Amino acid sequence: MSGTYLGMPAFPEAAREAVGNTTLRGNLRHATHTIRAKRATAVAEVSDWAELREAGKRIKDHTLRHLDRYLVRLEESVTAAGGVVHWAADADEANEIVTQLVKMTGESEVVKVKSMATQEIGLNEALEAEGIRAYETDLAELIVQLGKDRPSHILVPAIHRNRGEIRDIFAREMSEWGRPAPEGLTDTPAELAEAARVHLREKFLRAKVGISGANFMVAETGTLVVVESEGNGRMCLTLPETLISVVGIEKIVPTWRDLEVFLQTLPRSSTAERMNPYTSTWTGTTGGDGPSTFHLVLLDNGRTDTLADEVGRQALRCIRCSACLNVCPVYERAGGHAYGSVYPGPIGAILSPQLRGTGSEIDASLPYASSLCGACYEVCPVAIDIPEVLVHLRERVVQGGEVTREGNKVVLRPAKGHAAERAAMRAARWAFTHPGALRTGQRTASRTRRFHPRTLPGPGRAWSGTRELPPVPAEPFRDWWQRTRGGKDGDR
Amino acid sequence: MNSRERILGRVRRALADVPRDDAPYEQAVSRDYAREHGQRSVAQTVELLAENLADYRAIVHRTDADGLAGLIAGLLDKRGAASVLVPPGLDEGWLAATGVTRVADRAESTPAELDRVDSVVTACAVAIAETGTIVLDGSPDQGRRRITLVPDHHICVVRVPGQVVSSVPQGIERLDPARPLTWISGPSATSDIELDRVEGVHGPRTLEVVLVGQGRIEST
Repeated sequence: MSGTYLGMPAFPEAAREAVGNTTLRGNLRHATHTIRAKRATAVAEVSDWAELREAGKRIKDHTLRHLDRYLVRLEESVTAAGGVVHWAADADEANEIVTQLVKMTGESEVVKVKSMATQEIGLNEALEAEGIRAYETDLAELIVQLGKDRPSHILVPAIHRNRGEIRDIFAREMSEWGRPAPEGLTDTPAELAEAARVHLREKFLRAKVGISGANFMVAETGTLVVVESEGNGRMCLTLPETLISVVGIEKIVPTWRDLEVFLQTLPRSSTAERMNPYTSTWTGTTGGDGPSTFHLVLLDNGRTDTLADEVGRQALRCIRCSACLNVCPVYERAGGHAYGSVYPGPIGAILSPQLRGTGSEIDASLPYASSLCGACYEVCPVAIDIPEVLVHLRERVVQGGEVTREGNKVVLRPAKGHAAERAAMRAARWAFTHPGALRTGQRTASRTRRFHPRTLPGPGRAWSGTRELPPVPAEPFRDWWQRTRGGKDGDR
Repeated sequence: MNSRERILGRVRRALADVPRDDAPYEQAVSRDYAREHGQRSVAQTVELLAENLADYRAIVHRTDADGLAGLIAGLLDKRGAASVLVPPGLDEGWLAATGVTRVADRAESTPAELDRVDSVVTACAVAIAETGTIVLDGSPDQGRRRITLVPDHHICVVRVPGQVVSSVPQGIERLDPARPLTWISGPSATSDIELDRVEGVHGPRTLEVVLVGQGRIEST
């Protein structure tokens, strides 16, 4: 991933700051609790949820295990349908391809459908540097863009903003970008939505280039799928003359029929609806209907490195529904920004350190941004075992070992911050393999118990800052056993 | 080495652990989920479609073949529409009773021209009862994707029970992926502001679905 969030503090610091912001906590609590309850109802309506979840998991797993074959198949079918396929190994290459494609049209502005992939590669900033203005057209993305802010949720990027804040942003910023907000704009959602409609419509009607991501790509037919609610997606996908879609290579499903699974599980898991208001599918170009030129940019940017990890690769099953964010007690309190990545919440905590590597402080801290309660796994519609991957990544951070970066095997050094933990574990291993030393140590500990501090000194200080130190018993277990049972197995 | 080969090479190296005789697609994916949910008669399925459409704030009307032209004329009249977009292959009879100016969708009409039209009337390809979804596939009686998007008022005619299926899997089965498809479940909506649902941001703010029975008028 690009350095969009460069310089972010590690999760604990960012979270501490966020937790102190009571407006933010209030906004998040309201939003996550609302959607959590609605989702449970939507899922309960479908009696075969467990079977759909299993089918979704297996479809994605099978595709990932044979990804090379399906990528080639997809390329063939998109090309046969009149599209042009490009391959981008990293963010810079993807941005370069898209910039060149836009320049070839002679246009200096583009309209965008909300897309995680283009957020991930920092496409808007890259276009801006080349004099091309990218307009976000999803209402929440518009709020984020106008507020010079960052998205904090996969599905509802402006979840951290309340209506009053949104009104202020619209009133202040809309005129900078086009049609100003109407005089006397109030903070009712209907009025705010109307202001966005009017502001964006002039852009849709003149747009010549649209940029999107995709929720699914069908290898067999070359079909791309975008699910949305507002119609801004349909606007960007059908009104411009040129459409450029930037899609992660993991978004493939093998067959048209596979969509019957995901079009049931995705809407219910994400917006808690039976079906989202609009779904668009397109296969290459269609004469007279929609863009006459279609480009598909297939994005790697760390996905093949993630694929190389046999435990971690399941993160690539993710269909970006965001159900895991809405149930996560850590996300609910810390908010999306604390994760320092376009992918926040539990899925972000396993996806970002894999896509970007654990080299930075923030990425090394993300596997710890969890209480391991398992709620995320329970709600995941493709059954990603997020706690399993978190523990796996913690082990990697602490112990180091072999990983794949940009296609090459490299050996990670153990993380610096964990030296004390490693030293303690080594000492424990030695003590447990030397019974005499263990016995002496335990007796010494018991006899000096009145003099033990309540908090740990040195590297243990942070640990005991939030925990009670367990009291050392008056007598070691072995001594108690010797005293009460004489070392024999009682009466038997 | 170009990026295509670089990426495919990385994928293949990353999958070194996958055995060559890994289960093929047909065996790897279990399909023991339901083809439809619950047992319903044909009439009940149509009823469920009407309920779910209404639940997502589409306005549902029912009529028979004889009453269709009159109903559509009434809906346009009530809306105060001065112009109506007509896909090239729409049944002539459907608009026989209205005097509202017809606008043909021509390849050269610009989005701005479409924006000045008040209403659009189309048929559909299939309707899915369990989710309250109508699907348009760009056939001549439905027109290009843009004509059901830019005007603020969409009247969509569904032939019941012929065009109605129960479930998403049954809908997928009937549709041709080679055509550009638009699935519509209720009017345009957003929940981006404090998760309060607001109808209509960019797509038509009013969706009226007309269920046309064969012969007699169905009970309402």
